[in-house]
Amino acid sequence: METNKTLANESRLVDENKGLKNKIITLVTRWEGMLALILIGMVIVFSNITPYFLDYFNLMNATFTFMEKAILALPMIFVILSGDIDISVAAIIALSSFAMGFGSSMGLGTGEIIIIGVIVGGLAGAFNGLFIIKFGIPPIAVTLASLSLFRGISQAILEDQAFTKYPEGFSYFGQGYIKGTLIPFELVFFLILAAGFAYVLHKTSYGRKLYAIGNSPTAARFSGVQVDRIRFTNFVLNGLFAGVVAVLLTSRIGSTRPNIAQGWELEAITLVVLGGVSITGGKGNIVGVLLSIFLIGYLKFGMGLINMSAKVMIITTGFLLILAVLLPVIMDSVKKANKLRYQRRS
Amino acid sequence: MSENILELQSITKYFPGIKALDGINLNIREGEVHALIGENGAGKSTLVKILTGVYTPTAGKIIYQGKELSFKNAIEAQDAGITAIHQEASMFPELSVVENIYMGHHLKKNGSLDWKGMRARTRNLLQRMEIDLHPDTPVKNLGVAQRHMVEIAKALSIDAKVVIMDEPTSALTLREVEELYKIVRQLKKENKAIIFISHKFEEIQEICDCFTVLRDGKYIGEGSVADTGINQIVNMMVGRSLDQMFPKMEVSIGETILDVRNLSKAGSFKDVSFDLKKGEILGFFGLVGAGRSEVMRGIFGIDTLDNGSIFLKGKEVKIKNPKTAMLKGIAFVPEDRQTQGVILEQSLTNNITLPIIDKISRLGKVNAKAEKEKTATFGRMMEIKAAGWHVNAETLSGGNQQKVVLAKWLATEPEILILDEPTKGIDVGTKAAVHEFISEMASKGLAVIMVSSELPEILGMSDRVIVMHEGKKTREFTRAEANSDVIIKAATGHTEEANG
Repeated sequence: METNKTLANESRLVDENKGLKNKIITLVTRWEGMLALILIGMVIVFSNITPYFLDYFNLMNATFTFMEKAILALPMIFVILSGDIDISVAAIIALSSFAMGFGSSMGLGTGEIIIIGVIVGGLAGAFNGLFIIKFGIPPIAVTLASLSLFRGISQAILEDQAFTKYPEGFSYFGQGYIKGTLIPFELVFFLILAAGFAYVLHKTSYGRKLYAIGNSPTAARFSGVQVDRIRFTNFVLNGLFAGVVAVLLTSRIGSTRPNIAQGWELEAITLVVLGGVSITGGKGNIVGVLLSIFLIGYLKFGMGLINMSAKVMIITTGFLLILAVLLPVIMDSVKKANKLRYQRRS
Repeated sequence: MSENILELQSITKYFPGIKALDGINLNIREGEVHALIGENGAGKSTLVKILTGVYTPTAGKIIYQGKELSFKNAIEAQDAGITAIHQEASMFPELSVVENIYMGHHLKKNGSLDWKGMRARTRNLLQRMEIDLHPDTPVKNLGVAQRHMVEIAKALSIDAKVVIMDEPTSALTLREVEELYKIVRQLKKENKAIIFISHKFEEIQEICDCFTVLRDGKYIGEGSVADTGINQIVNMMVGRSLDQMFPKMEVSIGETILDVRNLSKAGSFKDVSFDLKKGEILGFFGLVGAGRSEVMRGIFGIDTLDNGSIFLKGKEVKIKNPKTAMLKGIAFVPEDRQTQGVILEQSLTNNITLPIIDKISRLGKVNAKAEKEKTATFGRMMEIKAAGWHVNAETLSGGNQQKVVLAKWLATEPEILILDEPTKGIDVGTKAAVHEFISEMASKGLAVIMVSSELPEILGMSDRVIVMHEGKKTREFTRAEANSDVIIKAATGHTEEANG
C-alpha cells in the first residue's frame, strides 16, 4: 500500500512542476513523444539515403502493405486495454477468407461474400468470448486453441488448394484508389475506423469502462460495470474486424490459401504494445498506436527500399518492442530517484 | 531488567508528501513480549517494515545487539535474526509444511537438498511448540491457526531472535488464540524478544509485558502493562474520548425499506433474515469468517445466492449483478478499498463517476460538463483532500480514498447504503469524519447497513445490532440492549439456546 502511495505522490509532484522546461521533458519522455521523435528521425534518415522514400506516390502505395494489420490493431487495443489478449485473429482471417472463397465458388456476389466474411469473423470472436467469459478459461488458452481450430478448418478442407475465383469488382476494396486520386481506399477506410475507435475509447462511457476494467476488474465490477459483457463485446469486435480485414486482404491478393495472414496476430499485438498500451491493461491511448502503426509500416518500407533483409527488419521491430516495454519502467525509477533526492534536500 | 536487544531511536520515515513516522522510539528486550499499540493508520505497519528491512528510515537509528545498523533488504534483516509473521502469510499452499518452513533457506548436504534433515528438524520444532502436525501435510489443507503455527515454526527454524507478530489473533477462534498464547509463552521461555502488534486490550493484558503506543505516526509513550490501566492506554491510543469518535444523532426511524428472508449460500451463510428501515443504522458484528461480508455481497449481486428472497419496499426483487442492485437504489462500499473500492491508477473524476457513467452519457458520449459537476459536488460533500480532481486515487491517503469511495456511491443517490468495514485502516481524524457523515446521511432518511469488526464503532453508531457467527445470525439487539459482553458472546457462538 505504501509503495503505491509513494509512486503516486511522485507523479503528483511532477504534475505540479509546470515550468516550460518540465513540460517539454514530460512531452518527450511520454511514450508517444518518443515515438513521434523516432518517426521524424526515421523520415529524415531515409529521405537522405534514398530519393524514393519521400515520394507521394510511394508513400501512398506503401500503406497497402500495412493497413490491414493496422485495422487488426484497432479492436486489439480494446482487448489488451481491458487486460485480455487474443492471438487467434490471423486464424480468424483464414477461416473468414475460406468462407468467402467457398461462397464465391458457389456463385455468390460481392456484397454477399463481404457479409459472409464479416459475419464468420464475428461468430469466431463470439466463440472465443463464450469460452473466456462463460467458462472462465484464460484468454491466452482459449485463443491458442481457437487459433489451431480456425486455421485447421481451412487447412483440412483446402489442403494445398486455393480459392482464386472472386467476382468482378471485389478487388476494389483491397486494391482500389479513391476516385481521381492516388489515395488507396484501404488507407481512407482505416483512418475513418481509427477516428471511430478513438471516439469510443476517449469520449464514451464504453471507453471509460475499458480503462476501469483494465486497471481493476474487481473494482469495476463492484462499481456496477458489467465487466463480462464488455469483455465479451471486445472479443466479438476483434473477430468482426478480423472478418473485415479478411475481406480487404482477400480482395487485395485475390485468392484464399490456408496460410493466409500467417503470423499477423503477433504483428497486430506488437503494434498495440509498441503504441504504449500496457500489456497488463489499463494504460494507453490511440495516438500512440497510430504512431507505432506508421512507424513500423514506413520503417519496413524504407528498409525495403535500401535492400535491407527481412531479418534486419524483424530484429529492429524486436528491439523497438523491448524499448517500449522497458522504457516506462526505467522512466519510473528515474523519476522516483529524482523525487527522493528532492525530498532529502527539503 | 535485561539489556535491550533491539532499540529504535527517533526513527522518522517520509513518503513523498506524508510523514509516516515521526521520531519513534522502541526498546525491545529479550524474553519479553512487547505490545505495539496503535489504531489503524498509526504507523505500526510502516514500523514493522522498517524493522524487517523492507523500508529504510529517512532518519533515526536502529541499534541491534549493541551495534548500529541498517538493513538493505528483507533478507539481511532475516539473516540477522529479525522476522515478522504476517496475518495471511506468505505461504505456498501447494507445498508441504517442511517445504514452507525451509523455503529460502533450505538445508544442504553434499550439494543437494537434505530433505531428511529438514524433515527431522521440522518434527523437532513442531514438537517443541507442541503442535500436532505432520511435516508433509500440504499447507492448503491447514486452517488459519495452523498456518500461523507453521509461520512461527519457520521463524524458529532460522533461529530468529526477534519475532514480530502482526495482529496474530485477528483470524483465530478463541481456542486457537489459546494455542497461540501457549506458543508465545514458550518463545518467551526460550528468551526470544517478541513484538506483538494488536489493538485488542484483552490480548495485551493477557500476554504482553510492556507496551509502546503510536498515534498518527508519532511516539506517544511506553510502559509496563502491569502498572498501567486500560483506560490510560486507550487514551494514549485514541487521543480523544469515545463521544467525539461516534457522533450519533437521534433520528426518527422510518418505514421498512429492505426485507431479506432466509438468505443462504453454501459454505458462507445460512438462513439469514433481517429488515432495514429508513434512517436506521443497522450494525453487523461478528468475527472474521462469520459471513457478514458474504451476505452483503449476496444482496448487492456480486455473488449469487443459493436461496432466499429480497424485498425492496415490499416488492420482491431479483438482483443478478451489481448493476441491477445499483439501479434499485443500493450502494455498497466494500471492505477492501484498494482492490474493490477505488481504481488506484485512475483519476478521482473517473473514480467518482464510474457508477453513474451511463447516467451522465448520451448515446454513449460522456457529458464532460456533467462529469465535472458531479465530481465536484460529491467530492466536496465528502471533503476530499487532493491536489485536484485529475490526480490518481493512489496519491491519496487511505482515509481520503475511502471518502472517494463514499463520494462515488453517493453520486448514485442511493436509498440503501451498505458499508463493509467503513473505517478500516484509516486515520482517526478521517474516521470521525466518516462517522459523522454516516450519521448525517441516516438522519436524512438513508438506510444504512454497517458491517464492522470494531466493537466501539458498532456500539457507538448502530440503532440496532445483528450478530453473526459461523454463517448464522445468532442474536439481534436494540441500541439499548447492546453492550460488549452480550455481543461478544453472541459473536463467539455462546447463545442461550446453543451453548457451547
